[in-house]
Amino acid sequence: MSALLSVQVASKSFGGIRALDGCSFDVQEGSVTGLIGPNGSGKTTAFNVITGYERADSGRVVLRGRPVTRPDPCRMYRLGLARTFQQSRILPGLTALENIVVARSQPWYRLFAQRAPAGETQRAFELLAEFNLVDYANRPAGVLSYGQRKLLEFAAVLMDQPSLVLLDEPTAGINPVMKEAMEAHVRSRNEKGVTFLIVEHEMQFVMRLCDQIVVLDRGRPIACDTPEAVQDDPRVLDAYLGD
Amino acid sequence: MSDALDLEDVVAGYGRGDVLRGLSLHVPAGEITCLVGPNGSGKSTVLRVVSGLITPTRGRVRHIDVEISGLSPRKILERGVAHIPQDRGLFPAMSVWDNVLMGAYISSDRTAVAERIEELAERFPIIRERRRAYAGSLSGGEQKIVEIARSLMLDPSVLCFDEPSIGLEPRARRRVFDLLTELNASGRTILLVEQNARSGLEIAHHGAVLDRGVVQLAASGSELLSDRDIGRLYLGAAD
Repeated sequence: MSALLSVQVASKSFGGIRALDGCSFDVQEGSVTGLIGPNGSGKTTAFNVITGYERADSGRVVLRGRPVTRPDPCRMYRLGLARTFQQSRILPGLTALENIVVARSQPWYRLFAQRAPAGETQRAFELLAEFNLVDYANRPAGVLSYGQRKLLEFAAVLMDQPSLVLLDEPTAGINPVMKEAMEAHVRSRNEKGVTFLIVEHEMQFVMRLCDQIVVLDRGRPIACDTPEAVQDDPRVLDAYLGD
Repeated sequence: MSDALDLEDVVAGYGRGDVLRGLSLHVPAGEITCLVGPNGSGKSTVLRVVSGLITPTRGRVRHIDVEISGLSPRKILERGVAHIPQDRGLFPAMSVWDNVLMGAYISSDRTAVAERIEELAERFPIIRERRRAYAGSLSGGEQKIVEIARSLMLDPSVLCFDEPSIGLEPRARRRVFDLLTELNASGRTILLVEQNARSGLEIAHHGAVLDRGVVQLAASGSELLSDRDIGRLYLGAAD
């Protein structure tokens, strides 16, 4: 396996707080990598730097061996990186169905299209059905509950063919049965070659799903290993898992 | 045992479409009741109806023996029913101390407020240690503790928690659940919505399964935990 994505000595401060402090880690191609750590350890900032929502003060992001100069969200999406947010960012005025269909990346002239191709609508319907959202297909997404918004956002990233998907706390606020559906989706996508980087506090979910886990503490990795090794690592127990 | 909250045939929702469709629920005083169910089943809406953020279009909500449906959120809070919504609800650009003071926004008794915040600062040392820090600079777990402390400013007898453990690291999560148990041990009634259904039901005396806006099943927390069908339909595989 080779690294699909490398974060190299990235630092980012907000006022006096160093959210990332010389942070480096790799995400291997074809892996499901977990990014865990205490609240405030820099996980979401790492996501924002990778996807170009925030500019690192120093350091760089390398994708498929090539440094990405000036990453911005649109460019990263075109390069095959899709993400979800801790606080789901759906389009409240569009219907649930439209939210999924527009996630498909498409040429600019399609912006003027009046309707989506039948195949795409069909696929979007299937995704809605799977996450129990089909009743909302034609209702504005703004009426969805917190958990349903997270499911909708997750379904939307499955609509396109990204090579790397970043999920920010995908299971927060999600019913346990739906968590299993999410897990199955991540696995089946992963088998087809999609790489995942997942921030998550639900340890059983992370331990079952991930091949590799990066543990952040105060803006830098303190461990980077298999789930089994990480669970027994005294530094990790001390910073995060233990009592 | 008398009921702290009693919902009878409640219909409520947002704009077009009802979320609660004739829901009835008893919340016994001095105990923990946990609501579980699929996403969109109406759990958060129940809490909003109780705290007066939404007025039901049909049915009744009683606190002890007084009907509270239709009262303003402020009046309901004055009666001692507090709602701690989902996600981080502190004002990030205000200090920790001021955030906690906001919990007594509706009180005009300054001396009582000043005494109360001192009491809470004894119980939750972080309020004093980080009093001048911006609330937004605390970690997620610390913010949740401050948020819970804020809700205690008016010494409510009923606390409605909407997913208190969401987004928290494992240790902070355990701290929050311990705190809920402690608040209950001091006599408070707790109505809890929790997606970590197993952790929620473990500390709860009573559980209610919501689906499509009605209570499908109410039983003790341990009964729901051990019910195989409930497990398969709502709780997921046991870990």
